[in-house]
Amino acid sequence: MIKLLESIGRYVLLLGKVFSRPEKMRIYLRRIAFEIEALGFNSISLTAIISAFIGAVVALQMAITLESPFIPQFMIGYATREVMVLEFSSTVVALILAGKVGSNIASEIGTMRITEQIDALEIMGVNSASYLILPKIVATVVFFPLLTLFSIFVGIVGGYVIAAFTGIMLPGDYIEGLFYCFEPFSITYALVKGAVFAFIITSISAYCGYYAKGNSLEVGRASTRAVVSSSVTIMIFDLILTQIMRV
Amino acid sequence: MIRADHISKAFEGRTVLDDITVEFDTGKTNLIIGRSGSGKTVLLKSLVGLHDVDSGKIFFDDVCYTDLNFRQRKDIRKDIGMIFQGGALLDSSTVRENVRLPLDLFTTMSEGEKRDRVSFCLERVRLTGADHLYPSELSGGMVKRVAIARAIVLNPRYLFCDEPNSGLDPQTSVIIDNLIHDITKEFNITTIINTHDMNSVMEIGEKIVYIHEGHKWWEGTKDDILHADNPELNDFVFASAMAKRAKSVAK
Repeated sequence: MIKLLESIGRYVLLLGKVFSRPEKMRIYLRRIAFEIEALGFNSISLTAIISAFIGAVVALQMAITLESPFIPQFMIGYATREVMVLEFSSTVVALILAGKVGSNIASEIGTMRITEQIDALEIMGVNSASYLILPKIVATVVFFPLLTLFSIFVGIVGGYVIAAFTGIMLPGDYIEGLFYCFEPFSITYALVKGAVFAFIITSISAYCGYYAKGNSLEVGRASTRAVVSSSVTIMIFDLILTQIMRV
Repeated sequence: MIRADHISKAFEGRTVLDDITVEFDTGKTNLIIGRSGSGKTVLLKSLVGLHDVDSGKIFFDDVCYTDLNFRQRKDIRKDIGMIFQGGALLDSSTVRENVRLPLDLFTTMSEGEKRDRVSFCLERVRLTGADHLYPSELSGGMVKRVAIARAIVLNPRYLFCDEPNSGLDPQTSVIIDNLIHDITKEFNITTIINTHDMNSVMEIGEKIVYIHEGHKWWEGTKDDILHADNPELNDFVFASAMAKRAKSVAK
């Protein structure tokens, strides 16, 4: 318990360093653009593949489960939309990205730590925490909500494709279901979750890497710690945000 | 001039530096020598501020570095260049970007001025035509040269080198040693080199400090070292049978 509190304290102190005034804004903007490409654009294909298949599977499962003369067919489209918007595209995609992006960040910064690259920045007078971590946080907090929207769209298209090509339902019914009882706030809810989870993944993973010590084994451990800690934190905050923002 | 005044440092109760007082002269290549684990890297990192000392003070010329806060230290750090054992080049940046980084962050130079300064530094370390390469594409000697170029790009007043020729062949080591020595003289820098390479000591050591088990055990010049009667120092300096024979012949 004391160790956990110690870690939280160090994490908060690190965030204090991260959010101190940047040395030169132009350099940071360039780094943010670089990180958007490295952490954001490079996650698009994984998000697309997983979202398309999950959308298709959800539509298929709903069609099988809701097969009853008393339940209208458009409910399949409705259920697919709700699953994608409320949980999958924000939470599950965030968990997947915690594995991909989180381990990437932790191992990159961890390697920089053990090869003294961070020390080299400090010697130059650079605030290494801000220089290395802030652009990553900004990039993911800006880009992950867009990735959430993209995932919702691709997942719904995946459901449509499976509906159209397998004949489990009429595509028109599926589309009708997509607009049934649509609450625009649910999109805001998904975007907020995307941004919060992006912050969690990036800051926790960066923290794990920044304080890595020793050798390459430790970098591996830091990477694992980053994925586990950010996944657990995402689940806790999923619960909190759902309670706060109840759609 | 850099001066350490009664500095001590311990890690988890284990004393690594014990009451060290030493002065390093401007315009000279000052060497810290000692066996592995003697505390010389901790001493170097304490001098440069990467480790906070438990007691004692460190002065850069007349400024007490240990009394400064993070923001105030930043001003002195811009006058410090450091060459790390493994080079510590940023893996995701090319040679040119690595050398240029301090200019981007701390100067208001125009693009052209930066380009010229980086080219000058790379030429100074005799490394032209490698601008676009990444650290993973460089040899050990080239990495060290880029690290030197990056260290001098802001015209530092103090240069710290942590085992600059470890992992290099003897010929490349001499080239790197001479390069550091020449730069020290050319720009009148206070240079501190951490090494256990006796070739470096005899080639460029103008002031030598021997650290033994966290204590300053001996200090002098490279001429003094040949005639020193300190048993621990002699065991370290003349560790090989060949060196012992050479000393007896010299006597």
